[in-house]
Amino acid sequence: MNWQGLKAIYFHEMDRMRRTLFQSLVSPFISTSLYFVVFGSAIGSRITEIEGISYGSFIVPGMIMLTILTQSISNASFGIFFPKFTNTVYEILAAPLSSFEIILGFVGAAATKSLIIGTVIICTAGFFVDLQIEHPFIMMFFLVLTSVTFALFGFIIGMWADNFEKLQLIPILIITPLVFLGGSFYSINMLPEFWQKVSLLNPVLYLVSGFRWSFYEIADVSIYTSLITILFFLFSCVLIISYTFAKGYKIKN
Amino acid sequence: MREILKINNITKIYKNQFKALDELNLNINEGEIFALLGPNGAGKSTLINTVCGILNFDKGDIKVNEFDIIKDYRKARSLIGIVPQELNLEAFETVWDNVNYSRGLYGKSPNHKYIEKLLKELSLWDKKDSKLRELSGGMKRRVLIAKALSHEPKVLFLDEPTASVDVELRKDMWKVIQKLKEKNVTIILTTHYIEEAEEIADRVGIINNGKIILVDEKENLIKKLGQKILKIELSEPIKLIPKELKNFKLQLNSDKNILIYTYDTKGKNTGITSLLSDIKSLGLQLKDISTEQSSLESIFLNLVKESENELARA
Ligand SMILES: Nc1ncnc2c1ncn2[C@@H]1O[C@H](COP(=O)(O)OP(=O)(O)OP(=O)(O)O)[C@@H](O)[C@H]1O
Ligand SMILES: [Mg+2]
Repeated sequence: MNWQGLKAIYFHEMDRMRRTLFQSLVSPFISTSLYFVVFGSAIGSRITEIEGISYGSFIVPGMIMLTILTQSISNASFGIFFPKFTNTVYEILAAPLSSFEIILGFVGAAATKSLIIGTVIICTAGFFVDLQIEHPFIMMFFLVLTSVTFALFGFIIGMWADNFEKLQLIPILIITPLVFLGGSFYSINMLPEFWQKVSLLNPVLYLVSGFRWSFYEIADVSIYTSLITILFFLFSCVLIISYTFAKGYKIKN
Repeated sequence: MREILKINNITKIYKNQFKALDELNLNINEGEIFALLGPNGAGKSTLINTVCGILNFDKGDIKVNEFDIIKDYRKARSLIGIVPQELNLEAFETVWDNVNYSRGLYGKSPNHKYIEKLLKELSLWDKKDSKLRELSGGMKRRVLIAKALSHEPKVLFLDEPTASVDVELRKDMWKVIQKLKEKNVTIILTTHYIEEAEEIADRVGIINNGKIILVDEKENLIKKLGQKILKIELSEPIKLIPKELKNFKLQLNSDKNILIYTYDTKGKNTGITSLLSDIKSLGLQLKDISTEQSSLESIFLNLVKESENELARA
C-alpha cells in the first residue's frame, strides 16, 4: 500500500476545496436558507405538520440528502475529470499507485467534502427549525454511506466523461429529477395512489425515507428496505469500478 | 556496463488502430545520457509514455532495473521520473505545494530540505510561492523537471526538455542534466536539436515510424561528422575504379562519372594532393570538383529517408 501517495491525492483534493472554500461552503449554506424561505415559509404556512412534525423540520433530512447526493457526484466526477482535462493526470498514472489507491484518494476526498457540507446544512437548519435526531448512529451511517456511494458513482462518471457535457449529463438528466421526486419535500402519502406506486420505483426515495427515519422515526418505507437499498448501490458501484479496472482501463489512453 | 532499461519487442497500437511502436527494441545503460532523435510523429513520446506506465501497450515487455513494469510496477515506477512534452500544470496551486505533491505520489515521505535544494538548483526558489499559472513557459518547464526529480529517480525521461526554452536557459538545463549524470542518474531525452544531442549525449538513437533505426555512440557519429566528402566529376564515365587508386577507398556513383573520396578534416594529411596527382597521372580528365560536410543532421536525414524507402518497398 502506497500510503504517502494516497495521502498526497487526498490532501491535494481537499486543498482544492480549501482554495474554493467560499463556493464550497457558502453555496450549500445559501441554498439551504433559500429552501427554508421558499418551501418552509411559503408551503409551510399551508402544510403545518406532516405526521406530527413541523414542515420545516420535516424537509431537513431530505434537503441534506439532496445536497449530499449532488455534491458527492459533482465533487468526485470533477475531481478525476479535471486532471484528465488539464492533462496533469499523467503523473498519477506514472506514479507507483494502484487503481484502488487512486480511487480511494479521490472518492475519500469527495466524500469528506460532502460530509463537511452535510454538517454545515444541519447547523444552518438548526437556526431555522427544531431538530431532533432520534438515532444519531444510523443517521451517521446513512450520511457516510451515501457520501461514499455517490462519490464512487461520480468517479465512474468522471472516468467515462471526455467532455464537460457528458460530465453534467447524468447528474442533470437523472439524479436531479430523482432527488426532487424522491420525497425530499413531501411525504408520498400526500400523493394520489398511482403516484405513490410510481414513487416507489425511485431509489432515492428509499434513501431519503431511511435518513428521515433516523431523525424523527417517520418513514415512507421500512428502515430495513432503506438500508438494503444503500448497501445495494454501494455494492453496484464497487462492482462497476472493479470490473472496469480489471479490464485494463487506464483513465486515459 | 549494466543495462538499467530493457525495452523488448514493444508494439503499441492506438485505439484508432494506428501502430505507433512497431516491435521496438532498445537497451539503455546505467548512468548514460541517451538522446532519442526522430522526426515529428516518429513515436518518441509514445515510447516514453509507454515505459512510464501512462499508456498501455500491446506486445513485448519492459524492464527497469530488472523490474517488469507491469508485474513489478511499484518498484519499476519508483525508479522513474518523467518530464512530459506538453507544459500541463494545474493553475492555482503554488510551485512549492505542487512539487511536494509529486513527491508524495511516489510514496516518499516529505523532505523539505531536498525540495528546497532542488528548487534552488533549478533557479525556482524565488518562485516557490507563485501560482503555477503565473509562470512563464521556461519556468513551467523547470517546474516539470523539479516534479520529475522530486522523488529522487534513478532514470529520468525528458521529452523535449529544451523546446520553447531560450539559449541561455538551454545551457543551464544542460548543466543540470550533466549534474544528474554525475549522481549516476540515467537520462533519456528526446530532442529536435541535433546540436543538443552532440553537446550532452553519450549515445544517440534514431527512431522513425515506431522503429529504432540506429543506435550509436555519439563519438562514432561525431567521427563521421568530422569527415568531408570530395566529389570528383570526370568528363567521361569510367567502368571501374582504377586499381592504382585502391588505397584511397573511393566510391563511384551510379552514373559512374563521379569519384567520391571521404577524408578526415582533423587528420594531418588529408590525402587530397596525392589523390589528385594520381588521377592526373592516370590521364583522367576532370570536369568539376566539390566538397561536402557530412553532418549528424545529414546522417539523420539520410537514415530517415532510407527507412521510409524501405517501408515503401515493403
Ligand atoms: N492518442 C493517439 N491516438 C492515435 N494516434 C496517436 C495518438 N497519440 C499519438 N498518435 C500518433 O502516433 C504517432 C507517434 O506520436 P508521438 O507523439 O509518439 O510522436 P513524437 O515522435 O513524439 O513526435 P513529436 O516530435 O512531434 O513530439 C503519430 O503519428 C501520432 O499521430
Ligand atoms: Mg513527442
